[in-house]
Amino acid sequence: MAVADVTVSAGTPLSSRRRKVVRRLLRNPLAITGLVVLGIAVFAALFAPWLAPHEPTDTHLSQAFAAPGTPGYVLGTDDLGRDVLSRIMFGLRASLHVGMLAVATSLAIGVPLGLMAGYFRTIDALISRFTDLVLAFPFLILAVGLAAIRGASLGNAAIAIGIAQIPGVIRIVRSETLRLKSLDFVSAAIVEGAGDLWVIGRHILPNAASVIIVQATVAIPAAILGEAVLSFLGLGIQPPAPSLGTMLADAQQFAAKAPWAAVMPGVAIMLIALAFNIVGDSLRDALDPKASRR
Amino acid sequence: MSAISKVNTEPPAGTGQVGSTAAGTGQAGSNAAGTGGVGVPVLEVRGLTVTFRTEDGPLSAVDRVDFEVADQEVLAVVGESGCGKSVTAMSLAGLLPRTASVDGSVRLDGRELVGADKKTLRSIRGREIAYIFQEPMTSLNPVFTVGNQIGEVLRIHNGLSRSTARKRSVELLKLVGIPSAERRIDDYPHQLSGGMRQRVMIAMAVACDPKVLIADEPTTALDVTIQAGILDVLRGLRERLGTSIVLITHDLGVVADLADRVAVMYAGRVVETANVNELFAQPKHPYTAGLLAASPSAGRHAGTHRLNEIPGLVPVLAEQPNACTFADRCSRARDTCTTEQPLLTAEGTPNHHVACWNPVREPVEV
Repeated sequence: MAVADVTVSAGTPLSSRRRKVVRRLLRNPLAITGLVVLGIAVFAALFAPWLAPHEPTDTHLSQAFAAPGTPGYVLGTDDLGRDVLSRIMFGLRASLHVGMLAVATSLAIGVPLGLMAGYFRTIDALISRFTDLVLAFPFLILAVGLAAIRGASLGNAAIAIGIAQIPGVIRIVRSETLRLKSLDFVSAAIVEGAGDLWVIGRHILPNAASVIIVQATVAIPAAILGEAVLSFLGLGIQPPAPSLGTMLADAQQFAAKAPWAAVMPGVAIMLIALAFNIVGDSLRDALDPKASRR
Repeated sequence: MSAISKVNTEPPAGTGQVGSTAAGTGQAGSNAAGTGGVGVPVLEVRGLTVTFRTEDGPLSAVDRVDFEVADQEVLAVVGESGCGKSVTAMSLAGLLPRTASVDGSVRLDGRELVGADKKTLRSIRGREIAYIFQEPMTSLNPVFTVGNQIGEVLRIHNGLSRSTARKRSVELLKLVGIPSAERRIDDYPHQLSGGMRQRVMIAMAVACDPKVLIADEPTTALDVTIQAGILDVLRGLRERLGTSIVLITHDLGVVADLADRVAVMYAGRVVETANVNELFAQPKHPYTAGLLAASPSAGRHAGTHRLNEIPGLVPVLAEQPNACTFADRCSRARDTCTTEQPLLTAEGTPNHHVACWNPVREPVEV
């Protein structure tokens, strides 16, 4: 992703610059908190089959609606007596997968298009109209269409969400490119004889990295929630397999009787969203050379 | 000034064509005195016209401008705001937006730049013609160290490796008088002052030893004390690297300090060109005379005297009449001035050209 590019192209002594960024990141207690939360989430997701106390799809009807703290069911159970903790751990897999894949898709397509639209005025109109087109196209129809063509699956849901997020990325990157392009150092690079690709890759993209990072950290939680919508319609993950979004949606029906079944995955989504935002913010600060003054 | 001593005492930065300082200056002087067809100019501008397409129709910001710059010469282009001097400078580097159309001819070492394709321009830019911007605060990329940015030019044009480029960047920083260059090279632009940044900009501009350096108001955004240092650096470059400089400025003090020859612009046209001493001693165009009279000097304006001013306003550029654009404000205007455009013609000495139907001939007290 863009972040990696920045680090690679920036430092004169490469490794020292990267080390400096990491050091700066680790000096920030907030960043560490975010990293720890994300680390736990990723760890729990990766090792869910070994860590989870129960199979996520096993029903224990006699234990239905067990409250959190019930022996064997730390976070309680849902209407079918499925262990909420185990389902959250497996649900994290699906949700993180969707979040990353969707954002990777939108950045991979949106960033180059946004850069081109902002830099080459001749194709700006074309790309901007394409953006309008995608924006005008209903997201759900797009997802249904994709599911019809390629089958309903988590990956296809992620791609549909990613496509829906492209216009936002294009617009943000385009406006940042327009702003940067008018600055003197870009003109200076042009009069030095730099080519378009050089100017974009070295002068515009690294300076636009901060807005791209922020956009990505906001888009990941949005994608996790978008997956719940699609799964609710049967276009994403197939029941009974869990994702955080579907758990939240399913628990709505009996929320009065067993609020924990909705609250627990909700808290998990919130923590992940918060952690991504914090890490994104800290990363942006750590990459900013001006931060070294502190 | 520490800057100038630095420039003069550093060893030549591997350029090969650095003559002795004295010889360089002498040559520049003789060139400046004898640019009447003697020697081939490095930069030759003929009939340069820049027209912007605007909603109110075409607007010519630069109207049939002619000038040439000899080897190692410093030509100052002077004029007030909006007279077209920056547009002229930008058109030399091909930096104008798409809404501008450029006509006429700009020849660098005999090669035509107007209408040249992108590839040709890219190979010329940076290597043969370089540009210094007015605003040092925004002309450096905030996310890279200065060494990295100076090295960029070298890597584009000379294909130098990172480490060689770095070594050369240190030399260049020393050349422009940055103290402890070895440490400064790893600084980011925000860690440097405006004057230091402008020095870095100059180092970037001369990295590939360009033939012509275009300096667009290089000192305007700086303190007066810093200005002097930057002017010293530019003078040092001319003497040590043999660079010709086109200096765009509205500051007559800067002109007197650095320039060999001056082109005075008014409302998109060059109205007078002369050697710097001659211009200051005997301005022939009424506008030049007015400009000189309007600049404060310690002796004359101390105390009660009010500064002389030129009455009226600069004409709107869109209405370039077939007349002298200065006629409305000119006390010496005659009937011909409003019906026919005066062209640059030699007046007095062969190097002194003036575009005026009724030039000032009597000695001016300045």
